Amino acid sequence: MAMDGGIGTSPKRREDVRFLTGKGRYTDDINRPGQAYVHFLRSDVAHGKLRSVDVSAAAAMPGVLQIFTGEDFKDIGGIPCGWQVTDRFGQPMQEPRHPVLAYGKVRHVGDPVAAIVAETLAQARDAAEAIVLDIEELPAVVNMHDALAEGATKVHDELTSNLCFDWGFVEENKDAVDAAIKGAHHVTTLELTNNRLCANPMEPRCAVGEFDYADDTHTLYTTSQNPHVIRLLMGAFVLGIPEHKLRVVAPDVGGGFGSKIYHYAEEAFCTYAAKIVQRPVKWTSSRSEAFMSDAHGRDHVTKIELALDKDGKFLAVRTDTLANMGSYLSTFAPSIPTWLHGTLMAGPYLTPLVYVNVRAVFTTTVPVDAYRGAGRPEATFQLERVIDKAAREMKIDPLEIRRRNFIQPDQFPYQTPVAVVYDSGNSPGTLDKAVELSDLANFPARRAESEKRGKLRGWGLSTWIEACGIAPSHLVGQLGARAGLYESATVRVNATGSISVLTGSHSHGQGHETSFPQIIASMIGIDENLVDIVHGDTSKTPMGMGTYGSRSMAVGGSAMFKAAEKVIAKAKKIAAHLMEAAEGDVELANGKFTVAGTDKSVAWTDVTLAAYVPHNYPLESLEPGLEETAFYDPANFTYPAGAYICEVEVDADTGKVDIVAFTAADDFGVVINPMIVEGQVHGGVAQGLGQAMLEVAVYDENGQLQTGSFMDYAMPRADDFPQMIADHSVFTPCTHNPLGAKGCGEAGAIGSPPALVNAVIDALQSGGINVEHIDMPVSPARVWAAIEAAR
Amino acid sequence: MTKVSLTVNGRAVSREVEGRTLLVELLRDSLNLTGTHVGCDTSQCGACVVHVDGVAVKACAVFAGDLEGAEVRTIEGMANKDGSLGVIQAAFQEHHGLQCGFCTPGMVMTAAALLNETADPTEHEIRAYLEGNICRCTGYHNIIKSIQAAAASLSARPVAAE
Repeated sequence: MAMDGGIGTSPKRREDVRFLTGKGRYTDDINRPGQAYVHFLRSDVAHGKLRSVDVSAAAAMPGVLQIFTGEDFKDIGGIPCGWQVTDRFGQPMQEPRHPVLAYGKVRHVGDPVAAIVAETLAQARDAAEAIVLDIEELPAVVNMHDALAEGATKVHDELTSNLCFDWGFVEENKDAVDAAIKGAHHVTTLELTNNRLCANPMEPRCAVGEFDYADDTHTLYTTSQNPHVIRLLMGAFVLGIPEHKLRVVAPDVGGGFGSKIYHYAEEAFCTYAAKIVQRPVKWTSSRSEAFMSDAHGRDHVTKIELALDKDGKFLAVRTDTLANMGSYLSTFAPSIPTWLHGTLMAGPYLTPLVYVNVRAVFTTTVPVDAYRGAGRPEATFQLERVIDKAAREMKIDPLEIRRRNFIQPDQFPYQTPVAVVYDSGNSPGTLDKAVELSDLANFPARRAESEKRGKLRGWGLSTWIEACGIAPSHLVGQLGARAGLYESATVRVNATGSISVLTGSHSHGQGHETSFPQIIASMIGIDENLVDIVHGDTSKTPMGMGTYGSRSMAVGGSAMFKAAEKVIAKAKKIAAHLMEAAEGDVELANGKFTVAGTDKSVAWTDVTLAAYVPHNYPLESLEPGLEETAFYDPANFTYPAGAYICEVEVDADTGKVDIVAFTAADDFGVVINPMIVEGQVHGGVAQGLGQAMLEVAVYDENGQLQTGSFMDYAMPRADDFPQMIADHSVFTPCTHNPLGAKGCGEAGAIGSPPALVNAVIDALQSGGINVEHIDMPVSPARVWAAIEAAR
Repeated sequence: MTKVSLTVNGRAVSREVEGRTLLVELLRDSLNLTGTHVGCDTSQCGACVVHVDGVAVKACAVFAGDLEGAEVRTIEGMANKDGSLGVIQAAFQEHHGLQCGFCTPGMVMTAAALLNETADPTEHEIRAYLEGNICRCTGYHNIIKSIQAAAASLSARPVAAE
């Protein structure tokens, strides 16, 4: 039985109280004395030669303190890319310079050309209108096929072409894969796109830069998922500020979903300008700016081929993908279509041979980087769609074809043909659970009822696996990461027994302030309210890598576990001294140290007090104090997996799709706080279904972003979804971290899109409408057009 | 600049405002009531919903100068007198109806408006009423549960608190 507030229970979130009373402290709520405001003048053309930027009239406008242009940053470092991909031929990717403010050329609508710092935001905006830009427009580069054509306009003149890299994986398997496909009993082929998305956390980005002349120190308050990463990237590579002179604070952050991982030009600008203008400088993104400056996600065009034997067993998978990088390389952009995508192409199946080819392409669009799932949704979508198509072609039930190909629970650890080793899993188990919870047995009756109302009803399945808890460092280093991917934690026990845990993980909605104390409280046996979490400030926490890739619990939580183990080991030494017992005989349970076989005991607080008031203390062999730090670098990724079933009704007259039921059966390993985990699944599924049914970022042929506001970009609303079922009762613990936890943040966004599209296709097929595929989002217009084309 | 006098969360306030000053700017910048958030610039997201004379409005779409004599209530005015969470706030915490918290003030204010109009809304009515409030974290699932629970608590109370 789990202790109240310990691992496996759901205490209410303590952070909620401040959020529910308007006391949250987001970056835009921070105002520094004497603060000035910056407004960025952004390019309104997709591609052009920057002939001149005349700021003379603007500089004389009321309230203007200083105007900066690309000229001011030409000798300052560019925004760095944190991952170098090596291509099929052993060559490094093409890596263009990304200036803080555009210099020489503008390369996407929204590229910042000038920055106006003024007393008020209104004055800065007014002055921006007085800047005279002379831009010689060049052809936009939007379509990826066109971008790679011979003689295409180059986004970066100094590069040989718009091809960033041509990556093959596993290159040594290429011939074997080709041969397997050539000789197979059946090959199913599918061409599809993975639609371009905008992350759109509800809090727009914001940055406040400040310089303190007294101690020669910069402070940046910013909306970041990983303040230490920003400190390193911006300090070392852009502005040349050593870490001890640079503090980065990410306070309450209103959602990230990947888009707040990256180091952005606006952060570097505010930090830099604060010293120049000798005033704190604040920038708050408008939503319009967010659409044209936050990194976008996805945007793949893919052909996938699946080879099967006569029994429907998978023999080989071959894919060919164009991945849009946008105009510059965002922080982790090159890793997304490669290592976070290719390594998932075996799925939870026994497919022996896989070859993935990815060509990454520069275009005159906003940079593309990780968005919730990052590469894994793209892999899962292709695989689960092509499997459904193969099942239909071979007249095998979609459940049965997956069951025939699953890696079985007794086959773990399982070496995939795409480098990664899955440590544990039970795909047949989660599939059975999803079938049960979705009441699939009674689907025919529900379909008949829908048909009576003139609707087509379908169900769709997705059985997915993903690699998250991203690490270990030595492996990602081999794959091109220019960073380590450990996590840190300091467990600081106070004299009266309460605990501050300083973590490098960052919470921007995940509820760390509630779930992390559960670990420590469980280990020591104390009330979880005696434990507080400190995060989001590089001046307070040890160097940590932050929160993305569903890594906080699996990696950050494990770091905390390791640090707590060290604390407990030392506390036992102190307790042994106090009880005059042998250290090896001391046990800790329920906040009390006891000596096995005796009635001796000391309380947790007796030991913590002795650590800081060491009167009766083994000073000759033990330092006072009770505070330990651990840096945890995992041995492997974690591999959450699951089965999702989506049920839809389609109106064949209008093409409108209604999601009527959604069931998620997830294997997340050991779950710390079930309430928070279920919430993560609900949100992830909603983002996945949003991608599948509603969302797409659209550029026209001139490189103009046509979906630049919430009036044009269809964000999921409350009436787009039914209540969902999120189950995690079928689980296999992660075998290589001390918590057994696998990570749950991205699962929903990874597994749900193919379930919805498979359901729509099933519905149409049930009505005798022979549609094989519809690209996301399956909007009424697209569904209707597909129906009309098939009739 | 014109002077505007109004009541915010029961407190009389008076400020000089420009013609273009929005209610949300008055709240956040002049009154330091930063619980009301700005999540978009097209009046779509609902993070800035407050009550003006008892009606839910988007504070990004109202000029402060038009509010002479108005009674404004924000998220900061939703707790009980003793500082404990009000019924709707408590239901959001109990049912995990928020994650990052950014849309939450608007959600709570919209939920309060709904429950003023309809004591016992159906799930469909709740979803329809939230049409102008976007949440990117929760998939709305637990927001719906929170509002249903708040409705049940409010209707179970013998006498309305206000």
